[in-house]
Amino acid sequence: MIELQTPLTVEKIRQLHAGDEVTLSGTIYTGRDAAHKRLIALLDERKPLPFDIQDQTIFYVGPTPNRPGSVFGSGGPTTSGRMDAYSPRLISLGLRAMIGKGYRNEDVKQAIMTYGGVYFGAIGGAGAMMSSCIEECEIIAFEDLGPEAIRKLKVKNMPLVVVIDSQGNDLYEIGRKNYLNKK
Amino acid sequence: MREIQCKDIIETIKTLCIEATSILPQDVYESLQTRYEQEDGLLAKKTLEVLMKNADLAKNKMMPICQDTGMAFVYLTIGQEIHITGGSLKEAVEEGVRQGYQEGYLRKSVVDDPLFDRVNTKDNTPAIIYYEMVEGDTFHVKVAPKGFGSENMSQIKMLKPSDGIEGVKDFVMKVVNDAGPNACPPMVIGVGIGGSFDKVTMLAKKAMMRDIGTHHPDARYAALEDELLTKINETGIGPAGYGGKTTALSLNIETFPTHIAGMPVAVSICCHVARHKEADL
Repeated sequence: MIELQTPLTVEKIRQLHAGDEVTLSGTIYTGRDAAHKRLIALLDERKPLPFDIQDQTIFYVGPTPNRPGSVFGSGGPTTSGRMDAYSPRLISLGLRAMIGKGYRNEDVKQAIMTYGGVYFGAIGGAGAMMSSCIEECEIIAFEDLGPEAIRKLKVKNMPLVVVIDSQGNDLYEIGRKNYLNKK
Repeated sequence: MREIQCKDIIETIKTLCIEATSILPQDVYESLQTRYEQEDGLLAKKTLEVLMKNADLAKNKMMPICQDTGMAFVYLTIGQEIHITGGSLKEAVEEGVRQGYQEGYLRKSVVDDPLFDRVNTKDNTPAIIYYEMVEGDTFHVKVAPKGFGSENMSQIKMLKPSDGIEGVKDFVMKVVNDAGPNACPPMVIGVGIGGSFDKVTMLAKKAMMRDIGTHHPDARYAALEDELLTKINETGIGPAGYGGKTTALSLNIETFPTHIAGMPVAVSICCHVARHKEADL
């Protein structure tokens, strides 16, 4: 198990390989479909983003509302492929890591290799457990989007798996191949 | 003639929404346990273990198993002897969903206009409601909130009769491979065969919600269910798509007569959180 602390620099993520299990601690940001669309619109208008994305991590999640006395509701990953249209541009501007589930397209893989990035998988459907890793949560942008608003999270020991590493290796291909070879 | 009060319908649907999203169906839980014991890959085993622990935690804390608490699908089976009083049935269903998603701290995931505005309705309405009239005086409600990570992976195809059983198998395998890790495997799969363009999707949904381990009454379809499930679990996609034996927990088939010119097939993909909860009033 590799322990990682944000912000994630290129040096840190170059050590990671597809299939590695990691725990992530520190500050990360949430964002999914509607928030990504707005981030790109801000860039098109040459306006600043709501947070400096250099070496940052975006978790593709839209949590359930938290109950009184709890920091975060259920919050597992959403399907990352819907962010493929937006991710390469953010990666080119310094975004270092993405947390989600599901296939990424070639453009995203290429950006990860070119600029030095990493795509982590969180287990889809394990939303209740993910919330126990989240210590602080604050909405910092697009509050009107409800579950899709951008949240700044402080996480501790979030369990993740490296799905696409900075060399472009993809666990979804490797894991399946390994299983079939073993048979 | 039996009377059913709208206020009781509201209360029932509210409770079903909350319970369905927090308590994993027993058949799914048992299937995860069985598959966990059979799985030998380290990451695959660990993933299944996490899913079981997650289900335990959700049940104990009455919090959603998964953050995508879905759109609310409500299936009403109403006896023709029933008289509904105290308001509109449709409005009672919507109110039950509204209250359930509010009081259960469930995520509101519905946008009003699908293409242009996409503004969240903030109460998870409208629900998707299906009504079936039957004889007698029963009033049965099934609530099945479904997430869209897997819903987006479902597909339909109007096959030709000459495509035969191989055509059906090829299409099912294509859908599963397209879905891969996106659908949060292990999946629960429903296949509809026959009917029409719209009917076949209903059959697939019905099959998806049928208990794990049950079979189609026709032995030929029952054999096809087993064969397809085995083939799917030989793809190696595995839990979370990280590689392994467990790509699907079940595959059920539902059928209906069809036209001489057609053979519609639909595949409804669900993640392991195959939520459905029922009640009789």
